[in-house]
Amino acid sequence: MVGDAISHAVLPGIVVAYFFSGDKTSGLLLFGATLTGVIASAIIDFLSRKAKIQGDASIGITYTLLFALGMIMIASGGGNNVDLDMNCVLYGDIATINLDKVIVDGNLYIGPYAFYVELVAFFIILIVLLVGFKGFKLISFNEDFAKSLGINTGIWHYLMMGLVALTTVVGFEVVGAVLVVGFLIIPPATAQLIVNQLKNMLIVAVAFGVGAVIIGFYVASWFNVSYTGGMILVAGINFFIVLFLSNFSKKLKLKA
Amino acid sequence: MKEQCSIEVHNLTTTYGNTPVLWDVDFELPSGQIIGIIGPNGSGKTTLLKTIMGLLSPASGYVKIFDKNIDQMRERIAYVPQRESVDWDFPASVFDVVKMGRYRSNNLFRRSTKTDLAIVEESIEKVGLSDFRNRQISQLSGGQQQRVFIARALAQKADIYLMDEPFVGVDAATENAILSLLQEMKKDGKTVLMIHHDLQTVSDYFDYLVLLNTRLIAKGTPQEVLTEENLSNAYGGQLTLLAKVANLIKENEFPIRERDVDL
Repeated sequence: MVGDAISHAVLPGIVVAYFFSGDKTSGLLLFGATLTGVIASAIIDFLSRKAKIQGDASIGITYTLLFALGMIMIASGGGNNVDLDMNCVLYGDIATINLDKVIVDGNLYIGPYAFYVELVAFFIILIVLLVGFKGFKLISFNEDFAKSLGINTGIWHYLMMGLVALTTVVGFEVVGAVLVVGFLIIPPATAQLIVNQLKNMLIVAVAFGVGAVIIGFYVASWFNVSYTGGMILVAGINFFIVLFLSNFSKKLKLKA
Repeated sequence: MKEQCSIEVHNLTTTYGNTPVLWDVDFELPSGQIIGIIGPNGSGKTTLLKTIMGLLSPASGYVKIFDKNIDQMRERIAYVPQRESVDWDFPASVFDVVKMGRYRSNNLFRRSTKTDLAIVEESIEKVGLSDFRNRQISQLSGGQQQRVFIARALAQKADIYLMDEPFVGVDAATENAILSLLQEMKKDGKTVLMIHHDLQTVSDYFDYLVLLNTRLIAKGTPQEVLTEENLSNAYGGQLTLLAKVANLIKENEFPIRERDVDL
């Protein structure tokens, strides 16, 4: 679960970048946090490949260490003007997202700040994916084979980790460091149950993710509970429904 | 001009941590032949292939492919990893995977050309999977998955093919299909270097053998390599079994009469 590790490990990066910029809405913050995420995956890589520590142990060591570092930095004030608190980091602040407004022309409100951050991230990820699709497909299926073709798999690996870090950083401001992992994993895992092409998996995963967000939002407001919790709950229930249905249809096919 | 020596391995030592997996291995392989690497479990066979491909870097020694460094020769050498080394639930079709054989570091950002696609179709046909070309790879049998891997290597249009245990978990029909494919490749002047585990079939399958157990035990034609002494040096304790194997080989080579022998 490298996504899990990165989502927790970006914390010190955010604090440090926040400390220097003093501003929650800074691009520096995004950059610092993304960089820390990539560094975290490099440490994990080093531990598992060079120091021969087991994979899951390497991940556990790295992200708890960096997360603890971030916690201490926040607790010790990391600059007195910092209003970053652990609750917001862990659980996100989607309910108060509207407080950071983007206002143009003095009074025209065109949506929350976070929306534009995510929009930029979306286009960056979309473009990198479209351009590098073959490379990502090759190294995620068979890295050794990619190396045997003389392809520099290190660059591709860190490019992918960079995208994961970017996604996590823009996501966790809104939904928190814990549940952002759910958004990273559950929709694609659900999609993989029913598709047979990588391209379709990406599209279906996005559809499942957006669906869970919309339904989860209304369910949560209906019951007046946490928005993020509602969204992940919907995504999780959806996963089990699809799992059940796909097993059921496989059995039908076998009988027929 | 035809190159005499396909792969040269010179004083090669590869370690995992502080444990040597290959120790001072040195050989030159002929080209245009089907060559087997045999040896007990943990004797460094896979490590040898990976070191030749440059996936692992040796602690000392070097590898030359047609007298050049591997990185200059990537176009001419194809690698078939162990079937178990990848996740076959990956969302891809037979065609998708074989197409990866046409990927190069300089065409990753371009669409596949018509020539590439024609080569992919041809490779799928050669391994007899044309009816399955759009099948999801998780829905194939073990033998079919192995043939997908071989088709991917064929699509590389290389001169040397390194295969890591292509006969593991493969049914008899597939094994025969692969064997005749290998003979065809040999006719075209290709070199195949393959890890093999079944001692009973080595003398039928291979023109040249490398017997390995961390160190190089023996190399040469099957007749030269498969002696009782060499085998017991490589396989150690399992002497009784080996004596039987050696006898079996002798009997097969100088048959007095046809009979079935059970090990």
